[in-house]
Amino acid sequence: MVYPYIVWAAVMIVIPMLLILLYAFTAKGNSVRAFVFTLDNFKKFFSDPVFLSVLERSLYIAVVTTVICVLLGYPIAYIIARSSNISSARLLLLITIPTWINTLVRTYAWRGILDKTGIINYGLSFFGIGPVKFLETNFAVVLGMVYNFLPFMIIQIYNTLNKLDENYLYAAADLGATKFQAFLKVTLPLSVPGIVSGITLVFLPAVSSFFIPKLLGGGQYVLIGNVIESQFLTAGNWNFGSALSLIMAVVIIISMAVTRHIDKKINPEGEYED
Amino acid sequence: MKKGHKGLKLIIMAVTLLFFYLPIIHTIIFSFNESKSLSKFTGFSLQWYEKMFHNRDMMMSVFYTILIAVLATLISTVIGTITAIGLSRSRKIVKALVSQVNDMPVMNPDIVTAIGLLMFFSVLGLRKGFMTMLAAHVMFCIPYVILSVTPKLRSLDPNLLDAAMDLGCTPMQALIKVIVPQISSGILSGALIAFTMSFDDFVISYFVTGNGVNNISIMAYTMTKRINPSINALTTLIVVIITIALTFVNIISYVSEKKKRRKV
Repeated sequence: MVYPYIVWAAVMIVIPMLLILLYAFTAKGNSVRAFVFTLDNFKKFFSDPVFLSVLERSLYIAVVTTVICVLLGYPIAYIIARSSNISSARLLLLITIPTWINTLVRTYAWRGILDKTGIINYGLSFFGIGPVKFLETNFAVVLGMVYNFLPFMIIQIYNTLNKLDENYLYAAADLGATKFQAFLKVTLPLSVPGIVSGITLVFLPAVSSFFIPKLLGGGQYVLIGNVIESQFLTAGNWNFGSALSLIMAVVIIISMAVTRHIDKKINPEGEYED
Repeated sequence: MKKGHKGLKLIIMAVTLLFFYLPIIHTIIFSFNESKSLSKFTGFSLQWYEKMFHNRDMMMSVFYTILIAVLATLISTVIGTITAIGLSRSRKIVKALVSQVNDMPVMNPDIVTAIGLLMFFSVLGLRKGFMTMLAAHVMFCIPYVILSVTPKLRSLDPNLLDAAMDLGCTPMQALIKVIVPQISSGILSGALIAFTMSFDDFVISYFVTGNGVNNISIMAYTMTKRINPSINALTTLIVVIITIALTFVNIISYVSEKKKRRKV
């Protein structure tokens, strides 16, 4: 019963991935039969300051987005986990419902909200501020990403906090810890796995996103996802596009390894260090 | 002190929910706007609803979105469930191999999966359009179905199938009459995930489609060049449908809960 799917997965999942490898290491030309091995696609990337700065900006935006999501997501998840069962289920549902509505449309709505004539600037005008140019800035792009990916972070952290055995907290209190100390020494270290999986779920789409920068950053705003998109859909350079996506994949793998390493350092046996 | 804490919590949750719902409320309000502007409300009108129903491209994209989501859900639920059942009785190495491969589309950024499929379909010389989009959706939905069915199978008594066959079931009957009902909640949640994944997909669809076959997401993306508030009207309709469905589900669970209590 398994073999039909194994064949399907080999064809639809594995072969496309192998094609990316193949094209990344071969010279330009969209024919599979006439390929020549080369590293030129990677040389092109690493010798061009424009591409390097695009990668740098993509990383910067993704890191900022991830940090903001942790800082906002943790207290929100904490509040939800500490509510009664019924209200925490309701709050989780309320946070999930918006994700059922088309991402593109919800992101696009921020254009109107952040516009010079939009409601944020309208509100600011009462304080004599503005109009502030929000759109086509790093701020708008990060906001769009936080808006889209924060629910993932909240749900991951909530899941670990929810599983936390409350007896640990009673034990900490019995041993003389204040509530704040108990949080710092017990709750926080035990919720690190949730933070780490939340980071994965936010960083990965953030570093590869191309429609959020396009919708909120404008046509001139380019992240690595936008370069990959244009290589495939307008420039037609599959080889360079494949090399770019491999570079992006390597960056993601390194970042995840670093995150896991920090997790292990902080939390070898549930110990918390600053 | 405690009251202050409660107030702070309420404020944080209210701000959070406002943040998540603001774009949706904004979209709904501006679907009734008289002018084309997406930031200035000039007056009430229903013209964007009227235009939406007359916009053939938009109606076709809704049709394709629903058709592909339904087909992809059906196909991936059936194949995913069968594969998960098969895997539960396979050797360890097969299990490990399949789960490794399944992790690829789940863990890869969508754009990487998308360009892989784009090149694959082009190398094969397939015409990009409805079939390529459907195949791509089936491909990324199946791993989620397997992921949600497998834990249910693990908690199943391994002797169940043998018992059913001892009692005279053919393997097929045993599967349909004994195994499937036991894991139906896993199948249902897998199907739900598949449906929402397919319904909301943008990146993969955008790269593998062609020949004028678009879904709602692709249409919204191409619309950023020329503003068309009809998309707001469409979104409002989807919000209304989701709200009705949710209320309906809530009422059903409320009623069945009450019935249960009465029995006790």
